[in-house]
Amino acid sequence: MENLLSIITFLPMLGAAILVVFLRGNDDYAQRNAKILALVTTLATFVISAVALISEFDPSNPGFQLVEERTWLAGLTYKMGVDGISVLFVMLTTFLMPIVIGACWTVTTRVKEYMILFLVLESLMLAVFCALDLVLFYVVFEAGLIPMFLIVGIWGGKDRVYASFKFFLYTLLGSVLMLVAMIAMWMEAGTTDIPTLLNHEFSYAPMTVLGFQIMGGLQTLLFLAFFASFAVKMPMWPVHTWLPDAHVQAPTAGSVVLAAILLKMGGYGFLRFSLPMFPVASELLATFVMTLSVIAIIYTSLVALMQKDMKKLIAYSSVAHMGFVTMGIFALNKQGLDGAIYQMLSHGFISGALFLGVGVIYERMHTREIDAYGGLVIRMPAYALIFMFFTMANVGLPGTSGFVGEFLTLIAAFKANTWIAFGATSGVILSACYALWLYRRVVFGDLIKESLKTITDMDTREHLMMAPLVIMTILLGVYPALVLDIIGPSVDALLENVTSAQAAAHAAMALN
Amino acid sequence: METILLFAPLVGSLICGFGHKLIGERAALMVSTGLLFLSAILSWVIFMTFHGDTEVITLFRWVESGTLSSDWAIRIDRLTAVMLVVINTVSAVVHLYSWGYMDKDPQWKEGESYKPRFFAFLSFFTFAMLMLVTSDNLLQMFFGWEGVGVASYLLIGFYYRKPSAGAAAIKAFVVNRVGDFGFALGIFGLFYLTDSINFSEVLDPHNAESLSHQTLHFLNWDLNALEVITMLLFIGAMGKSAQLFLHTWLPDAMEGPTPVSALIHAATMVTAGVFMVCRLSPLLEYAEFTPNFIIFIGATTAFFAATIGLVQNDIKRVIAYSTCSQLGYMFVAAGVGAYGVAMFHLFTHAFFKAMLFLGAGSVINSMHHEQDMRNYGNLRKKIPYTFAAMMIGTLAITGVGIPAVLFSMGDTPIGFAGFVSKDAIIESAFAGGEGVARYAFYMLVIAAAMTSFYSWRLIFMTFYGVERGDQHTHEHAHESPLTMLIPLGVLAVGAVFAGMVWHGDFFGHHYQEWFGTAIYENHDTNHVIHDAHGVNAWVKVSPFIAMVLGFLLAYVMYIWKPTAPAALAKQQRGLYAFLLNKWYFDELYDLIFVRPTKALGTFLWKKGDGKIIDGTINGIAMGIVPWLTRLAGRAQSGYVYHYAFAIFIGLVAIITWFAIGGSAH
Repeated sequence: MENLLSIITFLPMLGAAILVVFLRGNDDYAQRNAKILALVTTLATFVISAVALISEFDPSNPGFQLVEERTWLAGLTYKMGVDGISVLFVMLTTFLMPIVIGACWTVTTRVKEYMILFLVLESLMLAVFCALDLVLFYVVFEAGLIPMFLIVGIWGGKDRVYASFKFFLYTLLGSVLMLVAMIAMWMEAGTTDIPTLLNHEFSYAPMTVLGFQIMGGLQTLLFLAFFASFAVKMPMWPVHTWLPDAHVQAPTAGSVVLAAILLKMGGYGFLRFSLPMFPVASELLATFVMTLSVIAIIYTSLVALMQKDMKKLIAYSSVAHMGFVTMGIFALNKQGLDGAIYQMLSHGFISGALFLGVGVIYERMHTREIDAYGGLVIRMPAYALIFMFFTMANVGLPGTSGFVGEFLTLIAAFKANTWIAFGATSGVILSACYALWLYRRVVFGDLIKESLKTITDMDTREHLMMAPLVIMTILLGVYPALVLDIIGPSVDALLENVTSAQAAAHAAMALN
Repeated sequence: METILLFAPLVGSLICGFGHKLIGERAALMVSTGLLFLSAILSWVIFMTFHGDTEVITLFRWVESGTLSSDWAIRIDRLTAVMLVVINTVSAVVHLYSWGYMDKDPQWKEGESYKPRFFAFLSFFTFAMLMLVTSDNLLQMFFGWEGVGVASYLLIGFYYRKPSAGAAAIKAFVVNRVGDFGFALGIFGLFYLTDSINFSEVLDPHNAESLSHQTLHFLNWDLNALEVITMLLFIGAMGKSAQLFLHTWLPDAMEGPTPVSALIHAATMVTAGVFMVCRLSPLLEYAEFTPNFIIFIGATTAFFAATIGLVQNDIKRVIAYSTCSQLGYMFVAAGVGAYGVAMFHLFTHAFFKAMLFLGAGSVINSMHHEQDMRNYGNLRKKIPYTFAAMMIGTLAITGVGIPAVLFSMGDTPIGFAGFVSKDAIIESAFAGGEGVARYAFYMLVIAAAMTSFYSWRLIFMTFYGVERGDQHTHEHAHESPLTMLIPLGVLAVGAVFAGMVWHGDFFGHHYQEWFGTAIYENHDTNHVIHDAHGVNAWVKVSPFIAMVLGFLLAYVMYIWKPTAPAALAKQQRGLYAFLLNKWYFDELYDLIFVRPTKALGTFLWKKGDGKIIDGTINGIAMGIVPWLTRLAGRAQSGYVYHYAFAIFIGLVAIITWFAIGGSAH
């Protein structure tokens, strides 16, 4: 099929449109229908994308596949396509969205609007991973924030306005710079077509700006502009402080999407733009980015240790885990890139499950305060087991998907710089500290708090939401070839482009 | 057969853990115990029929990225075969023992189902441990390594109502992670240098030799590649085997049920470090600094842990420190290059130490879960079988036997298992030459005297003298059920005979044929076992004399003059407190690691994130946003989606401009 990607991408939007046009009223019946329609839509999207991956996508081909190209408004191009790197992010999104909708099941305020926002959000996220045109990418990349603002701002906790405001300010800074960089790229290369830009060599001749000599010239400037946007999205230290606040205020489903999918856009951006388009600048700034990553890993792990709010703790842990991603990418070798992508996918499942886990007890007790819990294992054995499983996955236990990404990025970092590897590996000790301490305070101990005496274990819906995540975490932990075989050829091609461009640059500089 | 052996415990664990509601608790326990016995029988079949050549069965692919490749595989060689027997035998009898020990556990309330969980964890542990020893590459070994860590964590924290159990569980996991930190860096370094993490390449002696000529830029220093790698890997072994500086978790791990202490914290998991060092023999053979470091740490641990064992009052803690000390012995042997001897002591120790723990469990069971030896006394008539077992264990660990200079059966010395293997270690240490090996020799002989003292002290305080503590408990003291006594009997056979039967294989003249390619010795430099066979008579009898002295002192202090210990403690108050408080390691670590870490965490959170980062952002916001909102009066509404809408409109405007500009270009 020619427009398979468009169908996958816009199917959720179609579901949203149906809700807007046809669903009337706000009674229980209408709310139920809205949820069911959203669930069916996301499930259908998942099924179609899974079939497309299996039957239409050729993993041995490193280039873009399922490409569609059309003229859009005002001379712009609508171009979509996936390669080995992006196709799994598409899969991650379609896989997680039915679970996200499941997590919305207990919401009772403005259900229809809530469902519409999640469906629109899914379409925009899918478009980000499929977009092969700079303008299209920018539009969906930024527009994706709007549903998220609204989800936090309307359905969030009591400080939701502050949290979304912070989120807004941070991302605004990044997007403006990225937009300027995109304009500059279009002016230099004369196209907004991503596959063409990937083969364009942006100037790296040193230049002087405001009296400062800039190594790597235009590439460095462009790199830094993109970096501003992607670093906020990841988020990297020190522009991470919006994330804990946003998570704390976001409703459960919002947190899941934020941690599991939205954060991955930053890492995807590095892989799609920064690394292949500005290889010389990437090499120049690799140590800088890896240093920030290691600081993030240690710093946020230490901060996580002292948190009193469960969601904040997990949010800080997410920042630490994203540190492994940026570290892996900028180690600039095969294991690093493989590991970074793996870590992103794996973190999607694990952090999603952890936030769902917090949601399970939040819905019962209406507090995220760690001290309000203790001894849950006595009344919630199934919950205790699942939470233990994901705690262990979060600390990167071998046999779970969390290990493969961490291991590959660390081994890559060791090749690049032993200090970086040394620092990041110590993060593995700290992650065990905060994760197990959290578990002990919430789940272990005697159940003595009066308010917890009647708490009930997970119900069928909650089991159904967790089960796919458990399966994926084990499957990817035991048989990583499922992912590595698909991303391999594209990663190899990317790496070869980058290294040959770097080698050419070295040769050219040597001549001068 | 190997595959069945490996996966039977996993299957047992899953059926027992998830299926017990379906098939009933009793059936679930039977499945897990039965499968473990199956594994144990298969292990003995492999051990007895093993021909000496390394065999590798590849199951399927694991992590593969570029030149990095690792499989799930089963590697069987002599080292593995020895470990299989140790793991599965002890695990099987511990499963059986737990039927009795865990029955009607007073930690649980009426109607709470805890046994299937316990058995599932035990079986899972066994599986992870098997994965560790059968691995064909460092990564699968790391899987098993961390897997046993998790099982240990779960079992130490098994009595989850007790806060102390939860704390001990975390401590065990985190301290082990400190060791794993080194292990992981070692793997990274090996991959960086040799482009492989598979044993077939990494353990090739040529590879090891070439590594010893390479330089690795590690952190700020240019160091010998082989020394760095082996040191890092050994840090992993130190964590798992509770060696000095990373030992603090092991005594606390006694919070777990006693069968766990016997299986994990005596016979199997804690010996994984020794196994690892033996497995890496080709690397160590070409290193110089690391083997000496291993000897030093091992000898010092053997001494240090024994001193603490002298004064502990909790029966399980005495045995825990004893384990720590005995592991030190094994490391000394591995460090001097007598890998076979290290494995020999690992093998015999598994039997007698597991038996001591299970015996202690039987005492605890009969005394209503009292663990303080000050409340025991005169129990030998009330629990005669347990007494007999503990006696055999003590004779074995203290090393009772006939010194070979006096009498032996051909080449085989006559004595309990611990006697044979411990003497082999002490002789090897002496044969290791001058320097640190000689230091180790003296430390080990002194430690042997202390071992004898604290072991006999345990026996005398528990089984002899007068009844102390709660009279009611003493009146109701009763012998344990058959499910607990049979395992003691099985282990007793090993504790008596394992040394004599396998002496020739592990330490005899033909040990090299027996081990085959499993361990590597560089014949240019390593003659330690040959030299050990020819040490002087005084070296050979010194551990025997040390043992007798320890026994006599214990006899004097606890039977002949029972007031002596208290008087001595009073006289040497400082020393006594120092030993009783375990050399103040916990306090020290709390001061230099735990508190600063927490303080730093709070500082980074409140000051770093709060004041500096958010402060800056808010400062910018306070400056810019009011200005922006004055520009756009309507946006002051404060609703966030108004802002969101505003940025969207702005974006559309910019893109439109951009697009029109584009067409004009």
